Amino acid sequence: MSDAVTPLLEVGNLKVNFHTPTGIVRAVRGLSFSLGRERLGIVGESGSGKSMTGRAILDLIPYPGEVLADRMLFRGEDLQTMPKAARRKLRGRRISMVMQDPKFSLNPVMTVGDQIAEAYRVHHRANAREARERTLAMLEAVQIREPERVYALYPHEVSGGMGQRVMIAMMLIAEPDILIADEPTSALDVTVQLQVLKILDDLVTSRGMGLIFISHDLHLVQSFCDRVIVMYGGKAMETMPALELADPSAMSRRHPYTLGLLGCLPELSNPKAKLSTLTRDPEWLA
Amino acid sequence: MGNWTAYLTTDAPASRRQARLGQAWRQWLTLKQNPLAIAGLVIVMSLLLIAAFAPFIAPFDPLAQNLDQRLMPPSAVNLFGTDSLGRDIFSRIVYGARVTLFIVLLVVVSVGPLGLLIGATSGYLGGWVDRALMRLTDVFLAFPRLVLALAFVAALGPGLENAVIAIAFTAWPPYARVARAETLVIRNADYIAAVRLQGASAWRIVLRHIIPMCLPSLIVRTTLDMAGIILTAAGLGFLGLGAQPPMPEWGAMISAGREQIFDQWWVATFPGLAICVVALGFNLLGDGLRDVMDAK
Amino acid sequence: MARSSAPVTGPATVTSGPGPGRLARWGKMLSRELTTVAITMFGLLAITFLIARVIPIDPVLAVVGDNARPDVYEAARLALGLDKPLWQQFAIYVGKVFTGDLGTSILTAQPVISDIKRVFPATLELATLGTLVGITFGIPLGVLAAVKQGRWPDQLARFIGLFGYSIPIFWLGLMGLLLFYAKLGWVSGPGRISIAYQDFVTPVTGVILLDAAMQGEWDAFWNALSHLVLPSAVLGMFSLAYISRMTRSFMIAELQQQYVIAARVKGMSEARVIWRHALRNALVPLTTVIALSYANLLEGSVLTETIFAWPGLGRYITNGLLNADMNAVLGGTLVVGAIFIGVNLFADILGRIFDPRTR
Repeated sequence: MSDAVTPLLEVGNLKVNFHTPTGIVRAVRGLSFSLGRERLGIVGESGSGKSMTGRAILDLIPYPGEVLADRMLFRGEDLQTMPKAARRKLRGRRISMVMQDPKFSLNPVMTVGDQIAEAYRVHHRANAREARERTLAMLEAVQIREPERVYALYPHEVSGGMGQRVMIAMMLIAEPDILIADEPTSALDVTVQLQVLKILDDLVTSRGMGLIFISHDLHLVQSFCDRVIVMYGGKAMETMPALELADPSAMSRRHPYTLGLLGCLPELSNPKAKLSTLTRDPEWLA
Repeated sequence: MGNWTAYLTTDAPASRRQARLGQAWRQWLTLKQNPLAIAGLVIVMSLLLIAAFAPFIAPFDPLAQNLDQRLMPPSAVNLFGTDSLGRDIFSRIVYGARVTLFIVLLVVVSVGPLGLLIGATSGYLGGWVDRALMRLTDVFLAFPRLVLALAFVAALGPGLENAVIAIAFTAWPPYARVARAETLVIRNADYIAAVRLQGASAWRIVLRHIIPMCLPSLIVRTTLDMAGIILTAAGLGFLGLGAQPPMPEWGAMISAGREQIFDQWWVATFPGLAICVVALGFNLLGDGLRDVMDAK
Repeated sequence: MARSSAPVTGPATVTSGPGPGRLARWGKMLSRELTTVAITMFGLLAITFLIARVIPIDPVLAVVGDNARPDVYEAARLALGLDKPLWQQFAIYVGKVFTGDLGTSILTAQPVISDIKRVFPATLELATLGTLVGITFGIPLGVLAAVKQGRWPDQLARFIGLFGYSIPIFWLGLMGLLLFYAKLGWVSGPGRISIAYQDFVTPVTGVILLDAAMQGEWDAFWNALSHLVLPSAVLGMFSLAYISRMTRSFMIAELQQQYVIAARVKGMSEARVIWRHALRNALVPLTTVIALSYANLLEGSVLTETIFAWPGLGRYITNGLLNADMNAVLGGTLVVGAIFIGVNLFADILGRIFDPRTR
């Protein structure tokens, strides 16, 4: 294929607006990026529009919201002119998303196995037995030891870490090209976070997927991603290789907002008496 | 006018009364946006006006029998026709508004404070008082309302007053529930703690600080309940257990028209329409008020 | 809220599941529910006792009627135990109720309990069909209203809901008879079955539709159905109003949940997201609503049965009322109350079964 030439995803001047009775709320205001088979991080505070970016790509912006873009291409195909039904077929099969908290994002009245199998069966012609076998294999792939038993459990019967592994299995079983991970570990205990990330990383790498990793955690993004977009107020402040975030010599090139974000993180090796608070310049949004 | 608007919409009210009026004004502005609620308000206001000015609106005496004019179909003279005793149905419906209003007001006046007091006490005191009172509420809620009211009237004997007592006796539990739920929320608020620290007694807290806070929910609840009260009263009247003849009560009028339903349809139809319109009015208004007052 | 975390390499932790734990939980739950039921039943008996013995000026007259001879009166007075203290009277009353003795009806001269056994199937038939109407139309309407929030299906549902809460059921019944029976002739009139067919069906279950079907009397079946359609539609209207309104609000809450978004992300069709994922969750609280509406229809049947000359429990109670037959009225009231409590208990348990979190 011409993967080297055509990126998996190209987004140009993406805008997400919500029309409310009190005026237009601009959640994303002109974001551009492209994604290859790489790990792209999007960092920002809550409300910076990072989650809305993921939703917009999936065509899941709820009713009073609208999505505008100069360009939105998936492997060269125009997403904006694509019929709704075709976009739905892309979801899960081509572009998928791992959500934040498995406690809420798994259906409480379906067994986890059925939820995973269902994701397989919408996209592949398979009978119940095949889907079940696939699901069990997928559960094993996310390092769940007794897949047979876990298959029959309900979401409230599994721990947070396992719930998130189930979520990953559910979102990857149809073998998508792009995975959007929206704060996939922020709801988990610290001890489990790294393990879940490891699983995610292994799967993304071995399957050659593109990953959009949405997080508020700079350190995490820096260690986990290849490239990083820093967002504020719905705009990209800057885009850089992740390595540069840790590179003191590159600091002079950094955007003041990025420096601000870095400045409010505590460091074990270099403790500060007082953490700085973020200063935000309205000019950045101009 | 401009001064008034400024007085009402100021962000910095100078007195408690100004704040309260301002809030009412803003709620009114929101309510005005909802055409269905306004329709409900118009219906309820019309009911009040018709009841107040019944002698001027009704062309005939509601009790005057005219056996020559029995079961006349609707015409220019008898707008809704006449019943089996030759009484003008339109006039009877107009006067019936008074009966309906009488029932509704009496029930509300007796049920509202009772439910409020039981609920607020239960919620504020908690412990075994709460458990006992709520258990009692559950028992009443476990009973179908109309059937219980029927049994009461059976024991008390038919009649308008007894019907009101029976309805009141069965209608208070939901009010107590709402008041209790609100109280539980308010009870733990910091300002209640502050009042308590100033040495206010439990009674004072319940009466002066908790009950006023429960009122919006209860007003909404009451408005929505009006329709139910009207329907229950009409049901009792229909069964001959409520208002007694010749009183022009709408439910009893439907019952009287039941015999002729296939031949003289108007006798039973119009009183029923009146009940529908009034009940719908209270429901629409209550629905609108609920949105405005943001009550559950 | 507490979340137990499982190490990736260790065995999967399971916070709850099958086994003795579940049995113990169910046992505990059942005993708690049954205690509630017992207390409520006790309260019910206290209220009916109050109505029977305390409120009437002369409870004996209320039982034997105004025209009773002095010896009958005296016998009834002793039978009621009115010479004993109130608490003893109550104990005797409770004891009698539990042995199925609800007294004798003046009107039928039969024990009230056997009267009720005879008339109850008719009410059951009516209320069941009414609830079916309510479920069949109410749930889809409520779902549609929630999905199309603010648009015309929502307005329609809102209108039907308000309409249902504003219309006197007995008047709706009369209007139905006027239009569909007298003017259009689409349905049969009052009564349960036309006299011509009455002898074709031998009562076995007491539910005419079932009896007729089992005995292969299809003409009688259709006739009974044509009698049943209108009253059950009238009752169903109320059930529909209630069920659709509640379905709407439950569905709106469910559709805002994260798992709904997750289902969309997987690429599920909107229909499947709504009807399988969201509705399946909304069904948990809906069971209680449906049960409640079923119990409410038993109440609604009091007025409906009067209109449609339906020989059920509701008409039995109103007949008793009009003839000052206190035993019949209170017996009927007690039975309706007990069914109310029973249905609520049943709904609670069913809701738990539907919800894996409480199973």
